[in-house]
Amino acid sequence: MEYILIFIAAVFVNNVVLTQFLGICPFLGVSKKVSTAVGMTGALTFVMILATLVTFIIQKSILDKFGIGFMQTITFILVIAALVQMVEIILKKVSPALYQALGVFLPLITTNCAVLGVAIMVIQKDYNLLESLVFAASTAIGFGLALTIFAGIREHMEMVNVPKGMKGSPIALVTAGLLAMAFMGFSGIV
Amino acid sequence: MSHIKTLTNGLFRENPTFSLLLGMCPTLGVTTSAFNGMGMGLATTFVLVMSNLVISLVANLIPDKVRIPAFIVIIAAFVTIVDFSMQAYVPALYESLGLFIPLIVVNCIVLGRAEAFASKNGAIASIFDGLGMGLGFTMSLTLLGSVRELLGSGKIFDITVMSDQYGMLAFVLAPGGFLALGFLIAIVNRLRKAN
Repeated sequence: MEYILIFIAAVFVNNVVLTQFLGICPFLGVSKKVSTAVGMTGALTFVMILATLVTFIIQKSILDKFGIGFMQTITFILVIAALVQMVEIILKKVSPALYQALGVFLPLITTNCAVLGVAIMVIQKDYNLLESLVFAASTAIGFGLALTIFAGIREHMEMVNVPKGMKGSPIALVTAGLLAMAFMGFSGIV
Repeated sequence: MSHIKTLTNGLFRENPTFSLLLGMCPTLGVTTSAFNGMGMGLATTFVLVMSNLVISLVANLIPDKVRIPAFIVIIAAFVTIVDFSMQAYVPALYESLGLFIPLIVVNCIVLGRAEAFASKNGAIASIFDGLGMGLGFTMSLTLLGSVRELLGSGKIFDITVMSDQYGMLAFVLAPGGFLALGFLIAIVNRLRKAN
């Protein structure tokens, strides 16, 4: 039950993009096509779960043990950077097409604040290992949900006549605003 | 003269928020009020200037392949300094910015400037570039924060401008952030074209 609550809270109520403003760069950057959005979600989910697992273990077994909590930011970001590099190398070998599509945004997962944000948040919320992993997976799913919906809307918007000054990023942001308003409807369920 | 140009470049022509659309997470996340926006902007400016300075000095010593991780470590060190200083001296602001302070480390602007400017230019120019970009970022954040605070609660910098009954809470919450930024960018684009 507890895990279901964490899941619902992370996917809908506290959606990582639309209510917590983490991971906005890829949200605006790779949301022009649904297919790339799905690919990005896959890569991010993988990185996020792995990163949370590794950083959690490091925090508990090294940083806490030796009382060097002040190294948290530096350690976490290095671990995440290394993991992303690894995912990049694997993806290049396994699926060159997807690698092509995600292009520059894959290295940018390093600077995706959602990954580091989740790693720090699970420590702050004092979750245990399993809760942390559920939280990481649900956050990634929440990100994927928002990104896919947004990409779907943007695909349709290609055909709409947008006022000249609002073309490009302004209209994308307004759309995201309306989407965030829709997600506000979930607030209070958990 | 060229330093002034570097400085104003970040302030206006290549303003990180309005023309490059970098660092969107803190831009939207902390601008619930003008004061929060300014605090975040200044914290980022400090990190930008210091990391630009150090990176411009050591860039030639770092092998090309490990460039990015090395830059990130330098940036993370300064973020940690900011994190602890703010916790000690401005606890209230620290509390309201929360998670976004350690997240300065993943702000695309900081790494972007390190990669695009500091690693290729001298120390003095890099300081000016960091200062310009940082102040440009601070300016946009303060502007966005003021707009949201004004529309959301009728105040600017906690000074009441509109009557007490006024309040459109949505602008302080998440949707308002997206909407306000969208319209601000549209206005800035329009002004840019007019020039």
